[in-house]
Amino acid sequence: MTEPAARLRAHQLRLGYGDEVVIDGLDLDVLDGTVTAVIGPNGCGKSTLLRGLARLLPARSGHVLLDGRRIDRYPTREVAKVLGVLPQAPVAPDGLTVADLVSRGRHPHQAWYRQWSGDDEQAVAEALAWTGMSECAERTVDTLSGGQRQRVWISMALAQGTDILLLDEPTTFLDLAHQVDVLDLVERLHREKGRTVVMVLHDLNLAARYAGRLVAMRDGAVVADGPPEEVLTASLLRTVFDLEARVIEDPVAGTPLVIPIGRRHRDDRADRADTEQADTDRADPNPDRADTDRADPEQADTDPDHDPDRADPDSRTATRIVDARADHRASNRR
Amino acid sequence: MTYAVPGRPPIRVGRFSGVWRGRLAAVTALGIGLLVLLAALNIGLGDVRISLGDVLGALVGGGDRAQRFIVLQLRLPRTLTGLLVGAALGMAGAITQALTRNPLASPDLLGVTGGAGAAALAVIALGGGGSGTAVGLLGGGGSGTAVGLLAGAGVPLAALIGGLLAAAVVYGLAYRRGMLTDRLVLVGVGVNAVAVAITSWLLVVAHVDQAAQATVWLTGSLNGRGWEHVVPVALALAVLMPAGLLVSFGLGALALGDDTASGLGVRVNRYRVTLGLIALVLAAVATAGAGPIGFVALVVPQICQRLVRAATPPLLTSAVYGALLTVTGDLIARTALPAELPVGIVTAVLGTPYLLYLLGRRNRGVTL
Repeated sequence: MTEPAARLRAHQLRLGYGDEVVIDGLDLDVLDGTVTAVIGPNGCGKSTLLRGLARLLPARSGHVLLDGRRIDRYPTREVAKVLGVLPQAPVAPDGLTVADLVSRGRHPHQAWYRQWSGDDEQAVAEALAWTGMSECAERTVDTLSGGQRQRVWISMALAQGTDILLLDEPTTFLDLAHQVDVLDLVERLHREKGRTVVMVLHDLNLAARYAGRLVAMRDGAVVADGPPEEVLTASLLRTVFDLEARVIEDPVAGTPLVIPIGRRHRDDRADRADTEQADTDRADPNPDRADTDRADPEQADTDPDHDPDRADPDSRTATRIVDARADHRASNRR
Repeated sequence: MTYAVPGRPPIRVGRFSGVWRGRLAAVTALGIGLLVLLAALNIGLGDVRISLGDVLGALVGGGDRAQRFIVLQLRLPRTLTGLLVGAALGMAGAITQALTRNPLASPDLLGVTGGAGAAALAVIALGGGGSGTAVGLLGGGGSGTAVGLLAGAGVPLAALIGGLLAAAVVYGLAYRRGMLTDRLVLVGVGVNAVAVAITSWLLVVAHVDQAAQATVWLTGSLNGRGWEHVVPVALALAVLMPAGLLVSFGLGALALGDDTASGLGVRVNRYRVTLGLIALVLAAVATAGAGPIGFVALVVPQICQRLVRAATPPLLTSAVYGALLTVTGDLIARTALPAELPVGIVTAVLGTPYLLYLLGRRNRGVTL
């Protein structure tokens, strides 16, 4: 059996900030033409690993190899022609147009005397068209919605023309519809353009759907590595996330689907009855609540009625209603 | 005509290629036109009025001797000094603001002006200043000799050294495994405060005549600037400004944040140090040439950015408008006001309302 090719590899990688070592002795081969999702709890070193792979953070020891060459000894401009990276929640200056932002992806291919070659123009036009942003090319980035903005950044990475793309939580701050939209785009990058993608993702179910390989990390080490079906198991979720969960088959994609079991549902089965009761009250005509219902059914379930006077006399339920209202207000503010 | 990428029409000549930006070109051309006009007015107007025709005549060697003397020996070098110093300040401000992604960052804030001021004042107050006679108030000892040496070399050199020294201190204190812009600005403010304190102390201990002379210098003045001031500033700018324009190619990527810029192949730390150094030397040279002329480096890049509707301050346009503001300020200082004021006061008066406007926007929570 021949080893699958891996242009980007980490070998005994140690990474950290200041005196703190976050990752110690990590090995990882990023297989060509695959989509890999790195998952793990907050602070497990996912983003640190991505920064290390992208040479944004120098290795304390060990090294990252790109095409068999140590990435820190490779001219950074040459690396930028092969390996693109989108940091978490990147910021564009106000007033920058979409076309100008996407064009900056061409930076590694340019020089002071060659700032808009025919190749640049073609690559940017293609990237804009491919992400569906050609219509918005002359708008400024700050006037776009969060989902559109992320499309623009991906468009920039596309214009850069790199075979490997590292994305640090590309779906942060996006609503569910736009998360799916962005991940569909990433999937197309992989399928139509043959790009190798490594992305840090928080949503396990989306990670299972969109990545062929999951790398689960905890405390700076890889705990599990393989196809989603093998990695996303109840026992692994307990080990990696300290989370009790059931894993069922995603009725749409056939990939693993994680159903978290919070303390509430573990401790008290009576909650179930409440929830089911609330379900029958779902046909609430109040339009204000429509959004909340869709975004988070759990929250709406605990809030069966808006009129506080009619609240369940059971004090426990009453408390939960208050909690749900507080959550509701908080999400409105956001 | 439509282009493959809307809003980015190409201009290509041989191996050279770029984006044609009509608004940028128009604003810059307008600035150059106004600059030529104001410079000509600054040469023509004054106690002795010389018509524009005679100014041109004197420049090419015609006119009578008195006119030639006034134009070539008095007003032309003075105007050129203002023009060069303003251009240097405009570009230095545009670079520092783009590098730090902070519209309030300017060489004034980064300690250069304060350091230059303190050093120049040390020479004026303690060494006898422009007259060149090393009085050596400190008398004896190593420091006295150093001050004496500086006095011999003149106030501009002291200002240059002081400005660069302050910049070096700011850089040294702010650099810790990379240059974080917030720390750079904070350290700059701190160093500037120290320099201002030294300046105040020197003003107190100095002889009253020298203190008066120093005060004029400290507000930035083009009074009595001759060819001996023009030539060194022009030489420095001939090197620094093209270098700044070439290196500024990476600013577009840097504006997207350090990580994105690194991902695009910019060596962020080295880049920031290189371009930052160019900006600080530009500012130090300008301060050496005419004293600390306030607000040009702060205000001009912001105005230009809005005029050309760019996302970052445009370097060349800022240089043109920096020169325009300084020459205009000098013209107003020389002719429109009852007593001849230093140009720095005029630029400050013109610039302060804009600074307040910027601060007000910032306080209202609008991200700049």
